[in-house]
Amino acid sequence: MEKFNTHTGLVAPLDVANVDTDQIIPKQFLQKTERIGFGVHLFHDSRYLDHAGTQENPDFVINKPEYKGASILLAGENFGCGSSREHAPWALQEFGFKVLISSSFADIFYGNCINIGILPIQLTEEEVEQLFKLSTESVLTITVDLPNNTVTCGDLVFKFSLSEFQQYSLENGVDSVGWTLNKLDAIKAFEDKMPAWQ
Amino acid sequence: MTTSTPKTMYEKLWQSHLVQETKGETPLLYVDRHLIHEVTSPQAFANLRFHNRPVRHPERTIATMDHNISTRSIKIDAAGEGAANQLRALEKNCKEFGIELFGMGHKNQGIAHVMGPELGLTLPGTIIVCGDSHTATHGAFGALAFGIGTSEVEHVFATQTLRQNKAKTMKVEVKGNVGAGISAKDIILAIIGKTGSAGATGYVVEYCGEAIEALSMEERMTVCNMSIEFGAKAGLIAPDQTTFDYVKGKEYAPKGEVFEQAVIDWTNLKSDEGAEFDAVVTLDAKDIKAQVTWGTNPGQVVSVDGAVPSPDDFSDPVEKESCINALKYMNLTAGTKMVDIQVNKVFIGSCTNSRIEDLRAAADIVQRYEGQQVVDSVDAIIVPGSYRVKELAEQEGLDKIFIDAGFEWRLPGCSMCLGMNDDVLEAGDRCASTSNRNFEGRQGRGSRTHLVSPEMAAAAAITGHFVDLNA
Repeated sequence: MEKFNTHTGLVAPLDVANVDTDQIIPKQFLQKTERIGFGVHLFHDSRYLDHAGTQENPDFVINKPEYKGASILLAGENFGCGSSREHAPWALQEFGFKVLISSSFADIFYGNCINIGILPIQLTEEEVEQLFKLSTESVLTITVDLPNNTVTCGDLVFKFSLSEFQQYSLENGVDSVGWTLNKLDAIKAFEDKMPAWQ
Repeated sequence: MTTSTPKTMYEKLWQSHLVQETKGETPLLYVDRHLIHEVTSPQAFANLRFHNRPVRHPERTIATMDHNISTRSIKIDAAGEGAANQLRALEKNCKEFGIELFGMGHKNQGIAHVMGPELGLTLPGTIIVCGDSHTATHGAFGALAFGIGTSEVEHVFATQTLRQNKAKTMKVEVKGNVGAGISAKDIILAIIGKTGSAGATGYVVEYCGEAIEALSMEERMTVCNMSIEFGAKAGLIAPDQTTFDYVKGKEYAPKGEVFEQAVIDWTNLKSDEGAEFDAVVTLDAKDIKAQVTWGTNPGQVVSVDGAVPSPDDFSDPVEKESCINALKYMNLTAGTKMVDIQVNKVFIGSCTNSRIEDLRAAADIVQRYEGQQVVDSVDAIIVPGSYRVKELAEQEGLDKIFIDAGFEWRLPGCSMCLGMNDDVLEAGDRCASTSNRNFEGRQGRGSRTHLVSPEMAAAAAITGHFVDLNA
């Protein structure tokens, strides 16, 4: 996994609550056995006017010329709810998003993001509201500093937090499976003590 | 003398599975049972292969084919090329890594969350995971069960553990008893209606109270299944005699003395008297009526004797906006009575409502309409949750009741709940569905889903609209 330190990027504002993972990547695109090929289908039903995905919807945020190249998604509350499909963060990442900002994320989606190296940042409702308001006035550029846990947008500086290990994992690009495989003694010891029915 | 602090069931499950808690690291929990299917596992297997890592305990993982498969044919190629690729990859991966697979035509094949419990793979006091958010279903047994992403599937394969931060706890108590004709689906939809679709984000929920204790195991599964639909990581119900009776004698369940010892351990799982929860939600069972969703998330739900709400009914600006968007997508007008909404599709199935009791309940309603057929304007399909359910239903003659009334009787699978196969709605279709998600486009781009109980779905198939069966 790639290491995450600081990132400065263009912000695409998606001011909609409860965006579920079906909306992020609809089911017909889940029939792959590889981790690639999902970015082109990101937000398919909103992004394209036709089912085949040949006609872009000019009103959808990521199609607007001013947001081309955006790498930070500013999203409404409860982002990523519903299905546990990791294809949703894969699609966001492949499209180019490195950072997601919202006032709340669904649990499974949040964990999936961290596991693949996307940084989900939870700010307060007021802070997110402020960013949405500013984004209606101009196209925003935000700098995210993971080691210092700050989000900077012009004069505004917001703090955020991650759990200690999630922060460490993102900053160091930890191979989580490899990390746990170093703990096999503890796992074996646990297995030796399990009751017969378990 | 000191007394120990009373613990919740979640806390007990957590403690009994804690492999290691090291400062600076997310705690490491042991996973007893891992269920996999064709859609969320191939990339995990690919990474194992890339790193030359084995599956640590292949015997703790069970594979089934459910998401992608055709409900018209057991042929792997019947659901299209993409699906067939994933199904063949699952066969190959299971063979290579030594995992037992219930593939097409196997007597144990079925939706993961129907198959696990009916085979005794689901046990109280265990941690169960699957790359599917409806894994919470197994919480009905007092198992800590939750959905995981593909990176976590890989982690479980290689280590038989997962790293999990501790969730907050919520108690949802349903006091008293529900009225006649009120199903488990109505109970869980009423709960979600009360909390909102993100009301339990960050929590593990424990359902309790007389109305929950009175439920059968299958009904408890319906309740726990939809825990994710109000944001909960998992849903739990304390195991009791109903649970033990259900598990006893199942193919993969412990037998003899081991089972007896297990029952003793499982009996101690329930939350201690006085255990503290971070949040408590209480409902009166007698107030719960038959439920129908009107919007595009499961929290947008009303009683069948109610009407489609207006944006003005919501003070919260986000809910107001969601209502406006939902009415537009669903093509509904505020104030329309729920019983006046016409549907043209009916789906009875999914890991929420495809078990034998669901099919019996639907068949009962069909019989109540004495010889009436599915109305001409409606296409109705019934998709049993597993081969075992299908076989039992056929032994009981339920298939005949449905077929005679004009329903299509299909083969088991996830089917139209998510429409990964060809069981997809067209744009503009309006479906009474016993599944769990009414998201925009969930059952097909531009299609409209109303979540209901099997009873309500059956009535909608015969009449073409929602019906207050208790009126």
